Amino acid sequence: MTELRVSYTLDSTLETVDNAEQAASRIAAEAGFDEDEVMQISMAVREAAVNAVLHGNAYDPGKKVKLDFERSANDLIITIRDQGKGLDLEKIPDPLAPENLLKTSGRGIFLIRSFMDEVQILPSQTGTEIKLVKHVHGPSADVKEASQ
Amino acid sequence: MSMKTSTRQVDGVTIVDCSGRITLGEGSVILRDTVRELLSKGQKKLLLNLGEVTYIDSSGIGELVSAFTTVRNQGGELKLLNLTKKVHDLLQITKLYTVFDVRDDEAGAVKAFN
Repeated sequence: MTELRVSYTLDSTLETVDNAEQAASRIAAEAGFDEDEVMQISMAVREAAVNAVLHGNAYDPGKKVKLDFERSANDLIITIRDQGKGLDLEKIPDPLAPENLLKTSGRGIFLIRSFMDEVQILPSQTGTEIKLVKHVHGPSADVKEASQ
Repeated sequence: MSMKTSTRQVDGVTIVDCSGRITLGEGSVILRDTVRELLSKGQKKLLLNLGEVTYIDSSGIGELVSAFTTVRNQGGELKLLNLTKKVHDLLQITKLYTVFDVRDDEAGAVKAFN
């Protein structure tokens, strides 16, 4: 797998959510992930972008969403940063708890964690950064492991 | 491809054929408006056919939950039909598969309404 870095600076709009998902889908496919993995990665990025645009930047036209893709031999690493007040991790309910099952929101972070191998959420007073990692399980990783 | 819906009546049940993406924004709004319009006409036995739904995000899942509870609160019933593997898997991991009445046979689903 060829190493690659791609960065986007995006407006706080719904279009950004779609663009982030499409970029993730394209880059994951080019990186050799299978169809299910591409769907998982693109959905995780979509959900992270939704959080950044809606809950972080709250559609503020003066605030941007930064989206970075970093592809290495072993991983696809995606970082999404907003310029909001910082996500309060304590306030995220467990969407699988019986009392929350019929809630109409609150599943985004759960889906991100379900679909990615590693997830780091770093809230600060100047915004939230979400780092998503998907390990390469395909032939290129096998070749690398076999040669070591 | 954005979300599209069309409705048809079978033995007193309104079947809503959905296609495209149920996602934040237009897709979720179209589903919400469709369900509200049907309820306003007194059509309370709703079967959502999701066989042509290609993608659904957390907002779309929330909209399905909202439709389910809204219909139920008005004394009606909402069932799901023909889930794709993607939607099936999403409902499994969010533990909603057992909340919804999920069917894969249209005739059987229509008969299952009270």
